[in-house]
Amino acid sequence: MNILVCMKQIPDPEIPARDFRLAEVGSMNRVADVFSENALETALQFGGTITVLAFGPPSAEDALRKALAMKANAAALVVDDGNADRDPLAIAQVLAAAARKLGPFDLILTGRESGDWGAGQTGGLLAEELGLPCVSFVDTIEAREGGVRLRRQTETGFEIVEASTPVVLTITNDEHNVPRIPKVRDVMAAHRQPLTTFTLAELGVDVTNRWYDVVELTIPTKETACEFLTVDELAQRLAEVARA
Amino acid sequence: MSETVIVLFRDEPGLAGAAQRVGGTVRAIRIGDYQPEECLNALVNACRGARVILLSNDAYSQELAPRLAHRLGGSCVGDGVDITPDLRVTRQVYGGKAQAVIALKRTPAVVWLRARSFPPAVIPSEARDLEVGAARHPSAQVPRDARDDGRVRIVERTAASQEARLEDARIIVSGGRGIGGPEGFKTELEPLAQLLGAQMAASRAACDAGWVPPTWQVGQTGKKVSPDLYLAVAITGASQHMAGISEAKQIAAINIDKDAPIFKHCRFGIVDDYRKVVPLLRQKLAELRK
Repeated sequence: MNILVCMKQIPDPEIPARDFRLAEVGSMNRVADVFSENALETALQFGGTITVLAFGPPSAEDALRKALAMKANAAALVVDDGNADRDPLAIAQVLAAAARKLGPFDLILTGRESGDWGAGQTGGLLAEELGLPCVSFVDTIEAREGGVRLRRQTETGFEIVEASTPVVLTITNDEHNVPRIPKVRDVMAAHRQPLTTFTLAELGVDVTNRWYDVVELTIPTKETACEFLTVDELAQRLAEVARA
Repeated sequence: MSETVIVLFRDEPGLAGAAQRVGGTVRAIRIGDYQPEECLNALVNACRGARVILLSNDAYSQELAPRLAHRLGGSCVGDGVDITPDLRVTRQVYGGKAQAVIALKRTPAVVWLRARSFPPAVIPSEARDLEVGAARHPSAQVPRDARDDGRVRIVERTAASQEARLEDARIIVSGGRGIGGPEGFKTELEPLAQLLGAQMAASRAACDAGWVPPTWQVGQTGKKVSPDLYLAVAITGASQHMAGISEAKQIAAINIDKDAPIFKHCRFGIVDDYRKVVPLLRQKLAELRK
């Protein structure tokens, strides 16, 4: 099968809250989003010809090189012209335009959501832009006649979904799709592999935000003074809430 | 008069509360048997003309919301903890390290909300079941979408889906890496949760270690919960975990490390080994119940 995995590069989520400054988001260390990597890992375990695709600043190339080192077969980058606050519809339209140029694909995978804006909309909107069905929160893909058999997570358990291809899947994490660590040799080799790049002009997509605008962005100050209690006092407090 | 539709996979009085805050007449649509393409297609018909469409934070709502907005020419945002009458939605970003207010630009505004973020209100009594077949009828307002042809089917649901939803819990007892293994959850935390009528949860570390099921995970990559009380036992309180509990009314902690970040977010707590504290706590709670 031909598989497209959409990757995203985000400011390092491991940066501790006390060091997090909104003014510095643009200059923070950037890493591949973990759900993108879960998606790639799920695709690698399923097998097929895998193309990874990112839309982002030139630095997003690093996330793609890492994906190649994890043994994706090909990579493509749509270079953004600097605006970091693309809305989900704009992102999906760009990815859809690139997917049309690179495809056709049987499976198109995205992460469930990203670790920065976490809108969780890219997969669904990509499906709408491409006119495909979509299954969310998938953690395992198996082949079946004419399509795939998927296991996906709901808030209380699992579901098995059968789908014919082509289909868009959003991938969530579980113990089986922890992203592999690439071998040093493969990291070196990944830097010599070709990378297809597109500019927004080449794709002819208008990326004006039409879905929403961010009108306020703040760091909430929510530190509370902790009252330290004895076991008896804690029991009293807990019992009060339980009785309410 | 503008219309707000609430889409219900179960009784969700908080959605009715959110609809009151948004304003307009409120219409409720219930969905029973869910199949993604079929329900989406039927909802597109059922929601036509609405200014706002509100959904909850379950997997189905999250799956439907952006696609529904796209087909109706609207816009969408998720994980909202507040929504104003002029369609500004507050949500967390950067794993809970920042908060954004997002102005939706097109209607219908399709918004899924964090459970228990709004005061409950009465669900309109004339709530209608979604008529799945209606979208296929020749008189449907929009033509049936070609994807609604059975090519995607949910064929099996696991028994685990009988469990109550963590998102609806009033009290949550949650364990972290410091619990040390599955036994601590079983012998210490579960009996404590029972005494409190609480549900059990865990940090990512405890779930990844396989000590407890992945459905228990709370945090940025797990569930976002808003209980009245969240008792964090042996959880340090990394920002990724806190992202899942920012809307909890009260947080309490038991942790052996007095410098653990969790104490910066707590209303009250105890610095000590949970192995010592929890048995005493259970004893005292059992006495109080008498």
